[in-house]
Amino acid sequence: MEYFVQQLINGLTLGSIYGLIAIGYTMVYGIIGMINFAHGDIFMLGGFAALIIFLILTSVFVGLPVVILLLVMMAAAMLTAALWNWTIEKVAYRPLRGSFRLAPLITAIGMSITLSNFVQVTQGPRNKPIPPLVSSVYEVFGLSVSLKQIMIMILTVSLLAVFWYIVNKTSLGRAQRATEQDRKMAALLGIDVDRTISITFIMGAALAAVAGTMYLMYYGVIVFTDGFVPGVKAFTAAVLGGIGSLPGAVLGGLLIGLIESLWSAYFTIDYKDVATFSILAIVLIFKPSGILGRPEVEKV
Amino acid sequence: MSALETNTMTNEPILKVEHLSMRFGGLMAINDLSFEARRGDITALIGPNGAGKTTVFNCVTGFYKPTMGMVTMTQRSGKKFLLERMPDFEITRDAKVARTFQNIRMFSGLTVLENLLVAQHNMLMRASGFTILGLLGFAGYRRATEQSIEIAKYWLEKADLLSRADDPAGDLPYGAQRRLEIARAMCTGPEFLCLDEPAAGLNPRESLALNELLRSIRQDTGTSILLIEHDMSVVMEISDHVIVLEYGQKISDGTPEEVKNDPRVIAAYLGVEDEEVEEVIEEIEEIQETEGGQGGKH
Amino acid sequence: MATTTYSKESAGGSLTARALREGFFAGLVAFGLFFLFVGLETTQNIRNELVLNQRWGLLAIFVAVAAAGRFLGVLYVQPWLAARKTAKAAVADKDVPETFLARNFSKLAILALVLMPPVAVALFGVQGSLKWVDNFGIQILIYVMLAWGLNIVVGLAGLLDLGYVAFYAVGAYSYALLSQHFGFSFWILLPLAGILAAFWGMILGFPVLRLKGDYLAIVTLAFGEIIRLVLINWTEVTKGTFGISGIPKASVFGIWSFDVGAANNFAKVFELPMSSAYYKIFLFYVILALALLTAYVTIRLRRMPIGRAWEALREDEIACRSLGINTVTTKLTAFATGAMFGGFAGSFFAVRQGFVSPESFVFLESAIILAIVVLGGMGSLVGIAVAATVMVGGTELLREMTFLKAIFGPDFTPELYRMLIFGLAMVVVMVWKPRGFVGSREPTAFLHERKAVSGSFTKEGHG
Repeated sequence: MEYFVQQLINGLTLGSIYGLIAIGYTMVYGIIGMINFAHGDIFMLGGFAALIIFLILTSVFVGLPVVILLLVMMAAAMLTAALWNWTIEKVAYRPLRGSFRLAPLITAIGMSITLSNFVQVTQGPRNKPIPPLVSSVYEVFGLSVSLKQIMIMILTVSLLAVFWYIVNKTSLGRAQRATEQDRKMAALLGIDVDRTISITFIMGAALAAVAGTMYLMYYGVIVFTDGFVPGVKAFTAAVLGGIGSLPGAVLGGLLIGLIESLWSAYFTIDYKDVATFSILAIVLIFKPSGILGRPEVEKV
Repeated sequence: MSALETNTMTNEPILKVEHLSMRFGGLMAINDLSFEARRGDITALIGPNGAGKTTVFNCVTGFYKPTMGMVTMTQRSGKKFLLERMPDFEITRDAKVARTFQNIRMFSGLTVLENLLVAQHNMLMRASGFTILGLLGFAGYRRATEQSIEIAKYWLEKADLLSRADDPAGDLPYGAQRRLEIARAMCTGPEFLCLDEPAAGLNPRESLALNELLRSIRQDTGTSILLIEHDMSVVMEISDHVIVLEYGQKISDGTPEEVKNDPRVIAAYLGVEDEEVEEVIEEIEEIQETEGGQGGKH
Repeated sequence: MATTTYSKESAGGSLTARALREGFFAGLVAFGLFFLFVGLETTQNIRNELVLNQRWGLLAIFVAVAAAGRFLGVLYVQPWLAARKTAKAAVADKDVPETFLARNFSKLAILALVLMPPVAVALFGVQGSLKWVDNFGIQILIYVMLAWGLNIVVGLAGLLDLGYVAFYAVGAYSYALLSQHFGFSFWILLPLAGILAAFWGMILGFPVLRLKGDYLAIVTLAFGEIIRLVLINWTEVTKGTFGISGIPKASVFGIWSFDVGAANNFAKVFELPMSSAYYKIFLFYVILALALLTAYVTIRLRRMPIGRAWEALREDEIACRSLGINTVTTKLTAFATGAMFGGFAGSFFAVRQGFVSPESFVFLESAIILAIVVLGGMGSLVGIAVAATVMVGGTELLREMTFLKAIFGPDFTPELYRMLIFGLAMVVVMVWKPRGFVGSREPTAFLHERKAVSGSFTKEGHG
């Protein structure tokens, strides 16, 4: 029983990270109907930005409190990742908007290859380990819960709340939803569609950067290829939850995290990714609209 | 396929719809609808917007599975098909029911001729020995190809598209695309043709050409036609039999003459808060005046 | 946010001002983008701790290039492009007479390929020809064949498949395993590998064909990854990440062998000096024949009802169903046919390398193959061949550019930049030509005259 709950906590932590990345996928897919393949690499880029900031801070200001350290890392990673995603959208995706459907997908795959290789070329191909930042572990009812797990989960929940508020209650969110429904009509009603889409990319990247920072803190290591697998899993999470739905993305992320950790704990760690991908395939085949998504009706 | 044969067989139902119901969630789009279309007739399905006309079409052609009811198609040979049990493509392939769409569905990147060749897929597929004999270059397939091009040419001529045969279908003007879609449906060799608003968006000249095309389809091939139409002049002029739907139910059924004098039909159209109503009534009156004492066609 | 539209009234002095402003802005953005990644480098010191290296000079170059590029772009390139566009619109629809080269491009290309190995041997000697025949010739032709195979699925039927490499893997492992366990020869296993891959295409295809567009893409990606992960983890059969080595070589239909000790060794029979180049030249002709077979079958199939049904499916699936076409079997045959060619290519890959491991079948391979299909222009065999040559040959060529060491110093390894440049090229080509190199489509039948269909009419499929 304790073992099970322990795995549950591990799964939820991992799932929170997937959920944060998944929000970016779901928002971009919702607004321009495009799988932003490079999003996983934005996550990796965010992780690297946090790593470099960490190295700057620890070498310049020795003995900085961990909270401030983490906050600055996160803020800098968010800024950098947002700037990257904004530039990518403007340079690579915007000229293709409304053209041939496959072109943006290929561009995004090209961007993903470019980003990971850019980091490989500029930062080197080796694993980048950092010393543990947060190492306190609490014993609760015979379970060990680490502080970083608690931090990740709290952060995910609060960010989700903030984003849910933005999308549902602010004029920016209204503009986003309007653009999602009908881009032409939104433009006619005076919504700056380009700006709305840009902001969506910025928001998605910022969340991915938070996830990247958490990933770095949780595992204490990052490498340039780390964008692909978490990226695909986060996309799986977005689809599982119902693409276009924010709570769905987080729910999907948590489920994927749980499945992964429970599968590794009770079956075999070798096939954990096979399990994730199989679930993706099964969900898409039998319920393509996901758990919280709206079903699509075929119009004749 | 002679006209003579069809004349002798009129009044025999080719399509029989019995107690058809279709429910979308809580909405009853069609409620216990029964009607018949007779062989050799042009049957029109009319009704205000949202009356469920296209839904009936989709049920007949297999794109929707009806919640309840039976749709029976009787071929010239006497063979019967229960359409509600068949997948959409089998309805065209085996039961010989073809259809067009309200929003034209062209293969816009294929040429006009290719569009018509795709429609003869099943015939050509058999002739090519399911691709294998064709790949090996057997003569049977070459003959079948020539024949299929002849059929395509015949329909291109009918639809007045012969000169545009090698242009991409997406390049045709709207009216020509409508005619091409009908020609394409005819290339499947149907006994029963369902047309979803074929005159929508046509100018008066194109509309006349369409009437001509539909008449000649019936004359020359004996194909029976079921059509949804908003354009009353088309309906009154060419149809032999009119069925009026409202809120998924049949409110009138008879010759154009009978239907347009049916108080329930007039009420149905009046009941709709729409400019369309005035138009319809005016049109009906106009037609009544011009046709005078001609009476029904039966 | 800077605007990028060019208008007449902003000409002259204000244009320069705008160019300056945008150049400055671009420099600022570049600074933000590259500050952490280019300005600083994380390296390990002797105690294996991460430390930062400072590269401010490099960062300055990046920022300066971005700023100057944007400045010149706004000032000169954009007005020039706008002028060219209006000039082009004025002379549009003018028939350009086809040159001899354009008309016979494919025939000349095939002739050049057939003559390539002897020419390479004549120019560089037997051993020296290896590089050209193997690294360029065979490498490019494998991608041409794979892309032509995938073209059936994506270009003709409009089914977006991101897991095509799975069938390549099935072909390669079928050959590797069956030849090791049963000792079958290449010529028996080549068709068998194709059939097995086609069979897998059906198995994987059947459940997913109801899905549309991007969802189909993601599920095929998932299947591709599942197959790779199974190859890694099912160690009893596949030997996991170690891969299967010692795969027997192919022979010239059993008549001459390329095994060193064999009595009927090709070099021995013809009394030539021993060299691995003969085997590579032989393999070059094998893959050339396989690629041409793929092209031939594709061309023939397009004129068959099944091929027309594939293209119709890409244009409008619902209309297909209304014409009595069984879309499920039509999609499955496209999937299976594409998979079969992937399987052929896979078994060729295994025999060429003599070694297979899951490393060779990663998602990146699928992405590269798909990119070649889209960059070439979906459906166009010539365009795809050109794209494969440019993309694969171009990145191979990078290995050869040793003179770059003279510019960037002796530590410079061009290979490192291969994939970076490949990715950037994908983006640039797509933005420049979203429909690929050859956007138009050849009709499969005609009454009066054959006219190419402009790319603006063809659709890209939604299933």
